[in-house]
Amino acid sequence: MAEIKLAESKVQELKEVCKKFDYDKGELINVLHAAQEIFGYLPAEVQEIVADELNVNIAHVYGVVTFYSFFTMIPKGEHPISICMGTACYVRGAEKVLDEFKRLLDVKVGETTPDGKFSVSSLRCVGACGLAPVVTVGEKVYGRVAPEGVKDILAEYN
Amino acid sequence: MAKYNSHILVCGGTGCRASQGEEIVENLKQAVSDNSLESEIQVVRTGCFGFCEKGPIVKMIPDNTFYTQVTPEDAGEIISEHIVKGRKVERLLYTDPENKEQIADSKDMGFYKKQIRIALRNCGFINPENVDEYVARDGYSALGKVLTEMTPEEAIKIIKESGLRGRGGGGFPTGLKWEITNQVENEEKYVVCNADEGDPGAFMDRSILEGDPHSVLEAMAICGYCIGGSHGLIYIRAEYPLAIERLKIAIEQARNLGVLGKNIFGTGFDFDVELRYGAGAFVCGEETSLINSMEGLRGEPNVKPPFPSVSGYKGKPTNVNNVETFANIPVIINNGAEWFSAIGTEKSKGTKVFALAGKINNVGLIEVPMGITLREVIFDIGGGIKDGKKFKAVQTGGPSGGCLTEKHLDIPIDYDNLIAHGSMMGSGGMIVMDEDDCMVSVAKFYLDFTVEESCGKCAPCRVGNKRLYEMLDKITQGKANKEDLSILRNLGNVIKDTSLCGLGQTSPNPVLSTMDNFADEYEAHVKDGKCPAGQCKDLMEYVISAETCVGCTLCSRVCPVDAISGDKKQAHVIDTVTCIKCGACMEKCKFNAISIQ
Amino acid sequence: MDIVKLNIDNKPVVVEKGATLLEAAKSVGVDVPTLCHMKLHDMNYENNPGGCRVCVVEVEGRRNLAPACKTECTEGMNVNTHSLRVINARRTVMELILSDHPAECLTCVKNGKCELQTMAQNLGIREIPFEGEQSHYKEDRSPSIIREVDKCIMCRRCEMACNEIQTVGCLSAINRGFESVVAPAFEMDLEKSTCTYCGQCVAVCPTGALSEVDHTRKVLSTLVDPTKTVIVQTAPAVRAALGEEFGMDAGTLVTGKMTSALKKLGFDKVFDTDFAADLTIMEEGTELLGRLQKHLNGDKDVKLPILTSCCPGWVNFFESNFPDMLDVPSTAKSPQQMFGAVAKTYLADQMGIKREDMVVVSIMPCLAKKYEAQRPEFAVDNNPDVDFSLSTRELAQMIKGANINFEDLTDEDFDNPMGESTGAGVIFANTGGVIEAAARTAYEVHTKKKLEKVEFESLRGFEGIRSATVDFDGLPIKIGIAHGLGNARKLLEDVQAGKSEFHAIEIMACPGGCIGGGGQPYHHGDTSILKKRAAAIYREDEGKEIRKSHENPFIVKLYEEFLGEPCGDLSHKLLHTHYFDKKKKVEINND
Repeated sequence: MAEIKLAESKVQELKEVCKKFDYDKGELINVLHAAQEIFGYLPAEVQEIVADELNVNIAHVYGVVTFYSFFTMIPKGEHPISICMGTACYVRGAEKVLDEFKRLLDVKVGETTPDGKFSVSSLRCVGACGLAPVVTVGEKVYGRVAPEGVKDILAEYN
Repeated sequence: MAKYNSHILVCGGTGCRASQGEEIVENLKQAVSDNSLESEIQVVRTGCFGFCEKGPIVKMIPDNTFYTQVTPEDAGEIISEHIVKGRKVERLLYTDPENKEQIADSKDMGFYKKQIRIALRNCGFINPENVDEYVARDGYSALGKVLTEMTPEEAIKIIKESGLRGRGGGGFPTGLKWEITNQVENEEKYVVCNADEGDPGAFMDRSILEGDPHSVLEAMAICGYCIGGSHGLIYIRAEYPLAIERLKIAIEQARNLGVLGKNIFGTGFDFDVELRYGAGAFVCGEETSLINSMEGLRGEPNVKPPFPSVSGYKGKPTNVNNVETFANIPVIINNGAEWFSAIGTEKSKGTKVFALAGKINNVGLIEVPMGITLREVIFDIGGGIKDGKKFKAVQTGGPSGGCLTEKHLDIPIDYDNLIAHGSMMGSGGMIVMDEDDCMVSVAKFYLDFTVEESCGKCAPCRVGNKRLYEMLDKITQGKANKEDLSILRNLGNVIKDTSLCGLGQTSPNPVLSTMDNFADEYEAHVKDGKCPAGQCKDLMEYVISAETCVGCTLCSRVCPVDAISGDKKQAHVIDTVTCIKCGACMEKCKFNAISIQ
Repeated sequence: MDIVKLNIDNKPVVVEKGATLLEAAKSVGVDVPTLCHMKLHDMNYENNPGGCRVCVVEVEGRRNLAPACKTECTEGMNVNTHSLRVINARRTVMELILSDHPAECLTCVKNGKCELQTMAQNLGIREIPFEGEQSHYKEDRSPSIIREVDKCIMCRRCEMACNEIQTVGCLSAINRGFESVVAPAFEMDLEKSTCTYCGQCVAVCPTGALSEVDHTRKVLSTLVDPTKTVIVQTAPAVRAALGEEFGMDAGTLVTGKMTSALKKLGFDKVFDTDFAADLTIMEEGTELLGRLQKHLNGDKDVKLPILTSCCPGWVNFFESNFPDMLDVPSTAKSPQQMFGAVAKTYLADQMGIKREDMVVVSIMPCLAKKYEAQRPEFAVDNNPDVDFSLSTRELAQMIKGANINFEDLTDEDFDNPMGESTGAGVIFANTGGVIEAAARTAYEVHTKKKLEKVEFESLRGFEGIRSATVDFDGLPIKIGIAHGLGNARKLLEDVQAGKSEFHAIEIMACPGGCIGGGGQPYHHGDTSILKKRAAAIYREDEGKEIRKSHENPFIVKLYEEFLGEPCGDLSHKLLHTHYFDKKKKVEINND
């Protein structure tokens, strides 16, 4: 694991969050949400700080981070792509769309392209089943995506 | 809502918002102001109307005109035609697929005709960010009634007599749950709302929270009074930013109104609600997992008993209900147990919200009385199968449920019937499949989900589901033999019988029910190496018929891996080694020259 | 007392309310098989996540099978523990567990002692119908403990031991579903984590996923090297447990047989760590009295309580958990290291051999001793004072490997000079023993009177945290004792918070003290074994002619001939150490 140095201002912000939650161990998940918001992801160093502030073991923090799929230790790409793999999207061909993204970007699910531009993840139901299959890039939602349309979506960000 | 002459309701559900819903609201407001109608017309962003297939939806009040698939560009015309000139914008009206007639009023539409909206009563009618609109529709009157006129026991009696059962999946009688928690002696008790809807393809709870957050807050306060607790917690998926935002607004407004906080209605009853975020773990829908997660732990379930009613959050008695269950409570208090229990079947009262999706014409959110048949739901409300294909199966209950078939279409939907036929109510996902869907692959899809979502605590779920998935994968590759089918069945039964929590106890259902209902399809994969639906890539090849192909080159242009070669106006050929079987060529071919063999 | 009546396998059973089906079944002679469950009776710890599902039984009226370990008996229950449905389920679950477990039993460190293997045998598993992916993780070799995580079955016992008993918290379940496993944070190597090497995780692991680093081959090769003089020291706790490895009853003392076996294995000299324990008392006792005297004289800078420092797991623990208290524990080295330091100076001189030609091997009930022996501060020019530290289990393995019939051995005595010890040195093995040994000497040195009764019963026992006041002829000395690092943490936090005041505190990392060490024969959850070992240690003490460290004639001689006086200059150089702040810190960028 590459060691990184965290920015002091962000660390300070994180410590404020822990204080706001009264250093309550029970708030670990809320604190991790805030930490991921601040840093964009949860590198080891961030988890160490959370463990320290809340006075819990780092192994426990890591155990929690790796349990929940919302938390990530890999920085997301500049344009995070999520393909909905909810059942509605699945039966309308989401898997093929996902495969196409993986093929064109040459990454696996959960990975970021080497240039940091795109990351690909699958998620379960964004609740826009009427638009199935659905893809989101950042905040933008694309509905009724076909595999052939994938390269056009990517082209918008190149 | 009275001070304006007209209201324009714009669906603010996630699906419609994703289709430029925000821009529609903006443009409508602009058009209203361009016509200087601000004092007469209010544009309201509501919760979900349910008819997602035809979204974005815009509804005109008071005449109930229902515009579908509206774009931001339509805003000007809606104002100038409908409002100013009083003429309906006909091209935006819904066309009945049967008789091709245009229908203006939503209550005449097949999609809405058979629905009874209790839990969704306010969704699509009120602005969820305005508590006054909730109050105008009897909001918080049930809480007032309970606090000022009833003892907790009297209120619990109403809930018990109503026959309401938990809408999260298990179907445990809600009143009984409240009664048990009420009877446990403890100074501190908790009310928890389970809003960790994780069933893929289901979005009932989110729509309620987005469209009518106060109904849940009101019900939680009623529950708090009944069980003797003053702390409410809503455990909500972090993936639901809009619902979170609206809940935050609603909590703030409720506090300001004095229906949350200290000394509610001057009765000395205190109750407040805070939010806890989930972080993407389906198993946290299980109540003991949910409680562990709220305590900052890994969301692993505990063996029950003890049930949360006795020992839950922080070891205190905790009543956990899901969103839809809570949304029913205020209406039951206001209208009475008898009114509610008149709806539904003998053992399943009231209505159920389903997220109808898949190969169906009217994708959307529906609320139907218990006892309605699958046929009515799929064909009358859902408008039948997409593209005129043949109905094959409907999956209910998500990863815990099973696939029902043609022969089940006329059974009345309720908790017990669905279980009796190998499926379950679940939280309300209802996915329709057509003849192109391979049932082995569908089972595999759900197992893929379960494998990913299994917490890993108990061996049968952790390893067993993985093995189930692998065996299904083997079948879809044509590598399984007949003996594997009996191993598969035994494994499924043992996982159900031995798993620690509800996730593992139901995860084999998609496999077992498809094995029961589509035995011949399994056999075809195993014995003949064929996938009858033509879905299993390893069991098929795309072939271009040299006779039919005219050499238009469309297929070779669309092929993502350049597996198709051939000169212009000459028959093309697919290189089966390079082909990734994506099917793009077949979809594009205008001459039906490409087939699967 | 409320009672509950039920039927198990058609036998009527009466149990106390709150009893589990597992306990109820046991009470009528029905042993329901378990895998993840482990109850440590005398310590009030129980691991029962209800996760392995091997103990499922059929309860009439229930839809699903019920885990016997987690199901409370209720009135009128009808339970079947071996119906066809139960047996099929149990077998299938075992097949599943085995389908994700490497089938390398023949070369596994746990072969023959593995609970998973025994279970598979009992259930008659002959083939596994499931093929599929197996979990693979990198192997982790620390100086003391090896983690072969592929063999982990997620019973969570190690997690419980590490977090609840020891509160070290370096292990947690990580990931989810099929990927889930118990590991340190970020799957880092144990060496980089806060692991204390106490070995309690190894002691409870049912499979070969956790084991000790094996030094037996290295020791064997030094034994056959003619240029090396190989001497061995044996810790007190070993003699009370080694016999178990050869089928003897727990609590059988095998001091003489052990000595004999070590000589047969080819060690040039067989010595006793108990000798060094006596030496430890001289140093630590003198340090205690010195600090105490200063304290009584009103010196505000002197730190009290003094904490014992013989236990390397404990030393590792406070170095990462209480870095602000590094000057509180005694600076005295542990007996193992005192032995090494004296052996490679005084003894080597006496024997006329060079330091580098002497190999010191220790037999320890402990895995942290392996790490301790490798600490750089315990070496001279990279030559460690103690070359190899073997566990009790490793010694048993060597004896078996050399075809020595242990039971038939004739007792032999330790060699001299470093084989002579007192009863005080022996009781170092038990919780409370170090401080009792110190009290025996400190009392006589301080009061200049002879103890009428050498046993300090008030310091003995199995309670996790104990305290007692010992009367030093009118001077009340307050003593605290903790065994198990969780108890140690609690006691220390109380002291830090000013809730309790002590002059001296003894801490041992393992439950029961060294007799319950991570390198001892597996107790498989039967903690009565620990009590039997402890009783054996006290018997050994009683049988000793000399029972006070300062009366050990060879210790007296050692000071006269070599060291001078306790806590003198040479003692400080050879027998004392210092501690390091090992708390991890995150680097931050100023911006």
